[in-house]
Amino acid sequence: MKSFDRSDSKLVLAHVLFAFAALFIGGVAGLLQSMVKSGSIELPANIGYYELLTAHGVLMALIFTTYFIVGFLYSGVSHTLGGKLLPVSRKLGWYGYALMSVGTVMGVIVILLGKASVLYTFYAPMKASPWFYIALALVVVGSWLSGFGIFYQYIRWKKGNKGKLSPLFAYMSVVTMLLWQICTIGVAIEVVVQLIPWSFGWVDTVNVVLSRTLFWYFGHPLVYFWLLPAYICWYVVIPKVIGGKIFSDSLARLSFMLFLLFSIPVGFHHQLMEPGISPFWKYLQVVLTFMVIIPSLMTAFSMFATFELYGRSKGAKGTFGWVKKLPWKDVRFFAPFMGMLIFIPAGAGGIINASNQMNAVVHNTLWVTGHFHITVATSVALTFFGILYWLIPAITGRVLTPRMNKLGMIQTIIWCVGMFFMSGAMHIVGLFGSPRRTAYNTYNDHPDAVLWMPYHVAMAIGGSILFIGVILIVYNIIGLLRAPRGETEYPIGEVSEASEKTPAFLERWGLWIGIAVALIVFAYTLPLVDMIMNNVPSPGYVTW
Amino acid sequence: MPKPEDKKEEPALKGTFASVMLLGAFIILTWIGVFALFMARN
Amino acid sequence: MHLHRLEKTWLKFGISMLAVFLIVLGVMAFSMGMKPPSEHHHTVDPTKVAETAPFDNPGLNQIGKNHYEAVMTAYAFGFEPAVPLEVPVGSKVDFIVTSSDVVHGFAIVGTNVNMMIVPGEVSHVTHTFDKPGEYLILCNEYCGTGHEFMAITIVVQ
Repeated sequence: MKSFDRSDSKLVLAHVLFAFAALFIGGVAGLLQSMVKSGSIELPANIGYYELLTAHGVLMALIFTTYFIVGFLYSGVSHTLGGKLLPVSRKLGWYGYALMSVGTVMGVIVILLGKASVLYTFYAPMKASPWFYIALALVVVGSWLSGFGIFYQYIRWKKGNKGKLSPLFAYMSVVTMLLWQICTIGVAIEVVVQLIPWSFGWVDTVNVVLSRTLFWYFGHPLVYFWLLPAYICWYVVIPKVIGGKIFSDSLARLSFMLFLLFSIPVGFHHQLMEPGISPFWKYLQVVLTFMVIIPSLMTAFSMFATFELYGRSKGAKGTFGWVKKLPWKDVRFFAPFMGMLIFIPAGAGGIINASNQMNAVVHNTLWVTGHFHITVATSVALTFFGILYWLIPAITGRVLTPRMNKLGMIQTIIWCVGMFFMSGAMHIVGLFGSPRRTAYNTYNDHPDAVLWMPYHVAMAIGGSILFIGVILIVYNIIGLLRAPRGETEYPIGEVSEASEKTPAFLERWGLWIGIAVALIVFAYTLPLVDMIMNNVPSPGYVTW
Repeated sequence: MPKPEDKKEEPALKGTFASVMLLGAFIILTWIGVFALFMARN
Repeated sequence: MHLHRLEKTWLKFGISMLAVFLIVLGVMAFSMGMKPPSEHHHTVDPTKVAETAPFDNPGLNQIGKNHYEAVMTAYAFGFEPAVPLEVPVGSKVDFIVTSSDVVHGFAIVGTNVNMMIVPGEVSHVTHTFDKPGEYLILCNEYCGTGHEFMAITIVVQ
């Protein structure tokens, strides 16, 4: 077994540790919020609820995810494409890391100074300090450099291995980063062309509807940028961890291509309740949104099939006998598996959110907050946690001890219990109409609002349990870094013998990017022209 | 004439099929639940 | 590309399910008048809301038997008119709302009234109040420090 390249492991580890530092600070903010929201505590003067909420959202949704994803993808690209990063790719990785880190530190300072309490969606015409927008731009540009590093490694590998099928991990990493490059163009235009000149005062007004549309052009694929790396773990790593095989290489690649095509031209399903977009275009993007459910239906089948085939190979009988054969006591399986399981209600909730006029039931209620706390903060986060238990040992030349495994199992269970209370309460009270992103208030003890309070308390209990989970995951990382020396294999699954050969058209990038662009042009051109022609300029406001 | 892929016997995936159908049923039930709420509040 | 027989059945089932959802939503939206709110273009200069009709005179106007029009302005952190609206049971109310500053939300708890109020745009939604009660109207989009205090009521009796 070849050990992981040591200079690459520095790059990967730097990303992972930064990600979890962000998770820790974001977690502190989250805990305080849930206490304020339930009326349990009042913040000392000068700290605002919405300041904390902005810090929580930015650090968790943007920083934790992006750093972990870049680190994880680089590790797999290094391992599967030649065993080490090319000097150019490694350099791009470090430049990206540096830019993102400058952006993050700057952004956090501006937020904590109270100059940017605009939440991580930063809707104009609330006007934050220009340095907040510049910080975000640096993070995005940094992530582009990281993406270019992955593309470079992949292209060079293809040139050196003509006619060969690329490794599945690398292929999926390229799709993920391609999706990211295409969608971040929207938010980059919003920030650089609209918000930065406006917040410096070089222009007086902003086109609000356009800025929201550019944001959500980015905002939905953003959630797939979080999800796809988790899917990489599910498709490529989990089969190896359980000792089984990848069900089908070609279907895995096809599902990723469908994500590339259909996760971008769908941003209007976040804008269903707003003016300035005609019902026809809203509905059209709802239809496209439903298309992006199909690759997840395929993924569900592939996952169960991997598990069932493995169980049957171990002699399982009956319809569900294979369930008992799965390695339930191995955190590298258990944590991502809980992520998969929780993706079932998460996905069902997502279909409801995107259901055109039905969105009125849940829009801007705590249901939505509950929804993304089980998608990104559970399905994705638990998968990322599960990755740690083999990734850190593999790249640092250590082994996972039974004690660390046990602590990992406990951490997973704490996370699930905490989310059950917090997200469960959010979903229910959201259906009763309790608004999201709103500090403590009983609305003059209005009977409806009083009814919400017990659920807000349940959210705080869940939030406190989750904070214990945050502390434990940080403790576990320190434990993994101090685990006994040894060799740990980087787990990459092999494809099942029963599966057919992967067709070459799945690597015809020009074709797929072309279709993706055509769909985006189709879904967005006319509405955007309409928004630009009917611009009603608005000045900026600081309302916090 | 049978297609070439029919020659290979397909693996048994009864449990997988049952699992995804349960998943489908769950999606339908939750969707109908919120749909009913939407109609009731209209 | 080869698919397992059971996977084909599953995908056919799943895709049909999604198609049924979409058809139900589409038919309701486009032939039963249940589109999402604010379906037509209506703009206003956001810096001149208070001088522009109908927002120069916000309030409740009766426009037919059991039919009212509620003209409202959302601002940080409240609504105009600031007093509770009152309508008889069974009234149909057309809400016409805009913002004089940042983006706000407009939701009536216990109903499907839930829409974004975007400066420069006028949002429209209609609801018929069949049950008596004091309904809570609140801003459900973060709009600044006092966001959680932004609410009024509509009394149906």
